[in-house]
Amino acid sequence: MDFSLLEPTLYTVKGMAILDNDGNRILAKYYDDNIFPTIKEQKAFEKNLFNRTHRANAEIIMLDGITCLYRSNVDLFFYVMGSSHENELLLMSVLQCMYDSISQILRKNVEKRVVLDNLDVVMLALDEICDNGIILEADSGAVVQRVALRTDDIPIGEQTVAQVFQSAKEQLKWSLLK
Amino acid sequence: MAFKRDKKEEEDGGNPYQNLEKTSVLQEARTFNDTPVNPRKCTHILTKILYMINQGEQLGTAEATETFFAMTKLFQSRDIILRRMVYLGIKELSGIAEDVIIVTSSLTKDMTGKEDTYRAAAIRALCSITDVSMLQTIERYMKQAIVDKNPGISSAALVSCLHLCKNTSATDIVKRSLNEIQEALNSDNVMVQYHALGLLFHIRKTDRLAVTKLVAKLTKINMKSPFAVCMLIRMACKLLEEETIPRSESPLFEFVESCIRHKSETVVYEAAHAIVHLSGTGARHLAPAVSVLQLFCSSAKPTLRFAAVRTLNKVAMEHPSTVTACNLDLENLISDSNRSVATLAITTLLKTGAEASVDRLMKQIATFVNEISDEFKIVVVQAIRALCSKFPRKHTVLMNFLSGMLREEGGLEYKASIADTIIAIIEENPEAKEIGLAHLCEFIEDCEHTSLTVRILHLLGKEGPRTKQPSRFIRFIYNRVILEGAVVRAAAVGAMAKYAANCAMLHDSIKVLLKRCCLDVDDEVRDRATFYSQLLSSNNRQLITDYLSEPMHISLPVLEKTCQDYVLNPTKERINLNELPVDIVVKNVSQEPARKQNVDNAVKPVEAIVENVDGQKLPSLIGLDAGKLFCSSEPSMLTELETEYVVRCIKHIFNHHLVLQFEITNTLDDQILEDISVALDVSEGFQYLNEFKCPSIKYQETGNVYVYLKFPDDSVDAIASFTAKMKFIVKDCDPLTGEVQDDGYQEDYRLEDVEMTLKDQMLKVKVGNWDSLWEEAKSVCFEVQETFALPLTSGGLSDTVSQIISFLGMGASNNSENVHPPNKSSHVVNLAGMMRGNCKVLAQAKLALSENSVTIQLTVRSMDERVAELVVSTLD
Repeated sequence: MDFSLLEPTLYTVKGMAILDNDGNRILAKYYDDNIFPTIKEQKAFEKNLFNRTHRANAEIIMLDGITCLYRSNVDLFFYVMGSSHENELLLMSVLQCMYDSISQILRKNVEKRVVLDNLDVVMLALDEICDNGIILEADSGAVVQRVALRTDDIPIGEQTVAQVFQSAKEQLKWSLLK
Repeated sequence: MAFKRDKKEEEDGGNPYQNLEKTSVLQEARTFNDTPVNPRKCTHILTKILYMINQGEQLGTAEATETFFAMTKLFQSRDIILRRMVYLGIKELSGIAEDVIIVTSSLTKDMTGKEDTYRAAAIRALCSITDVSMLQTIERYMKQAIVDKNPGISSAALVSCLHLCKNTSATDIVKRSLNEIQEALNSDNVMVQYHALGLLFHIRKTDRLAVTKLVAKLTKINMKSPFAVCMLIRMACKLLEEETIPRSESPLFEFVESCIRHKSETVVYEAAHAIVHLSGTGARHLAPAVSVLQLFCSSAKPTLRFAAVRTLNKVAMEHPSTVTACNLDLENLISDSNRSVATLAITTLLKTGAEASVDRLMKQIATFVNEISDEFKIVVVQAIRALCSKFPRKHTVLMNFLSGMLREEGGLEYKASIADTIIAIIEENPEAKEIGLAHLCEFIEDCEHTSLTVRILHLLGKEGPRTKQPSRFIRFIYNRVILEGAVVRAAAVGAMAKYAANCAMLHDSIKVLLKRCCLDVDDEVRDRATFYSQLLSSNNRQLITDYLSEPMHISLPVLEKTCQDYVLNPTKERINLNELPVDIVVKNVSQEPARKQNVDNAVKPVEAIVENVDGQKLPSLIGLDAGKLFCSSEPSMLTELETEYVVRCIKHIFNHHLVLQFEITNTLDDQILEDISVALDVSEGFQYLNEFKCPSIKYQETGNVYVYLKFPDDSVDAIASFTAKMKFIVKDCDPLTGEVQDDGYQEDYRLEDVEMTLKDQMLKVKVGNWDSLWEEAKSVCFEVQETFALPLTSGGLSDTVSQIISFLGMGASNNSENVHPPNKSSHVVNLAGMMRGNCKVLAQAKLALSENSVTIQLTVRSMDERVAELVVSTLD
């Protein structure tokens, strides 16, 4: 049977991926051994997924019985995958969180080069969003806070005015939230 | 800074991580041993390693272990990012490297330390390397972590506990933290609440009462976390599926319904989705769900629209009228930029639409059908197919549309699905036959897929001769002989020969055409042409019927397998075509068991464990010599599903023998059954030959008992019912250790009666040319005729027809099982079957509707008089 009631479980996310604009994997994580047990199958799926999604910006697609939500920016494609029965809006909030937190970490420069420059922090962020298929955090603010971004990385002189404003704004926001 | 610049130089327009060499990266990992640790450099190297693994590079155990140990040195540094990357590394390598337990103390120190940024991540890393024996030592820290006031730490501990619960013995240890978990459930943080609920449900899920209490309590308080509410809805639905009280009185259903008014869209959708998917929801309860979905249809978010249309599509399958209100919104979605949404909208509309709107919809589909991919086109074609059986009168519009689609470019799969649809329409609706065949003829004029052309030629050969003007098809078929490759030519020759055999007026002209084909360059084509011309010239009616009009209906998969076996092992005896089973009409497997399984997935349905014994292997399995298996029945339940022992019976029928297979499942964890047998009270005429007991069945295991019987010589006695009793020795055992007590006691367990019916012994047979067979049988067979009256049921004649078919177990020919139009007052069903012992049976049932009953005149023709009498008496 194609449709069924959803099993009450926290294991919601089947996988997350970031691909570049040639469909190559930058980072990808799959949490269910039953789908795509080998890297080869994973990459084949990613290629297929990319081919179907890179032109149309339509946010959601069903592929091979998996619901995939996606979002792109400049030369990056972000994907969150879940079972075909899963609540699509739950998956959407994961994608939203993933995109927003990476965007905050990269200070709005969501581009392949910047992601690669900050690959370590991006990895940590993905780890904070989803732990083995369970949504760990869906609020991008909390994620960014937890990856303990080195905000004082760049000397103030090298920051653009916009960046200074941005970080000041963020710090203010957090201090208000606490 | 130095690190950043380094990288910039390296990468100039490229990926700094491209072309990483595994050995050199692992070599670099030696830097981890330097003191003092250089955090920047080490983070970069660690990132490289993790990136490499993520790209699919496989590390050997030795490599992984070495890297892992090098990594442990990095605990010396206090750099936050580096430490966190080390945790990631531990998690990544814990599956491959050996002795990962070495870092337990470092991680325990981090998880109990003062630095909050470490603690949550350390807990998660620790749990990935912990096994059950280690868990006891850290249990105390986990308990503290669950109730920590930092939400991140609390969440991490809860989630890690859930991961550990994959191991059953760890579940027991986790259960000891029940109080802490319950406290976390009251947390202010939304994620902590969600995780606590998930964990709590997991450890309680086998205890129905506890879950009921938990849900009842939580539905009364307002939980803050939308995710947790979604989870709660799912739990409530799980309970609702098992509830017996009516939906409108159930407080659980009331809760789910109230969630439709929740402020979070996620929860609203979850509730609507749940109501739609609950089994047996009536139209009244669906209405609020449908109206919120309707609102979502006009949302700006594609995901929301997608979710809504997908769920509405599901509603439309069972309650099309409920969705009619949304038709306007759905029509707006046809032009949606997301093609998945558009296609779903179209198919939903086709399901809900009235007959009048079909034309308009088809026009709309035509505007965008060229833009969508083949995959979606197939979905549309399938929707049209469903539409055709719903509105047979619309077949001209739909058929024209399909033929238009056939002319467009497309892959084989797409074309095949259109051809399938047209063929299905032809079979269902006799009025559409001529037009449909004409469309197919045109299609093969210009079709590049050989397999499809061959199929259509075969169909033309089968159906064409019985149309009003068979001669018009000959031109199309002969064109294939002139223009196409050898495979198609051979098929065309076969099709033409059928016209000659069935239409006397075309006989001579086709013989001329076949003569020409005898000079073909291809062997197969020449052989066929020669064979058919000889056959037709012989004028031997019997031969022509056997080889052309009504070729044998041998089950092709079985024939293929038998031939394969023969090639592999040629020493076996000759293949006798008469011994092979005849082609069986595909049985409609009922949806019910599949649904059942879904419902009690968590408790492992008994059906799933039962191993499926291949009927063909049965004789060798228990050492019988009853000849070839004739057929095996569908399993029938002899107990309720929820009883302590679940027993199913499968009847394996041979020509003169019968094997009853009892599949027994033990569902008691504190008992072991031994020396199990089934005592049958067989009715007169049956001979009890042998029995194969089952030595023992443990908890959750299934064993088989076989009883071997001989059928009575007179077939009329072969319909019977046996009372059955299961006899066995019960031994108590400890559910935990599996220790068995020595002394058992004898026990009897009453089963439901085993019924031997006609349909168990009858195979449905596909016959293309029923009428001619019927005529032939008149002269050579015995005929028995009787008239009955059955009470009229709500479904009218078509209900009675399906009743007759299911009683007799025979297959209906020429689509006579469909009553078209459904309200007509008389109908004729033509049936054909094969009784065990390979005895062919033909039957004709004439039905006439009178005041409150249906009068049936049943005529049965068979070579065996007793079989004919048996068939008639079954309906009595």
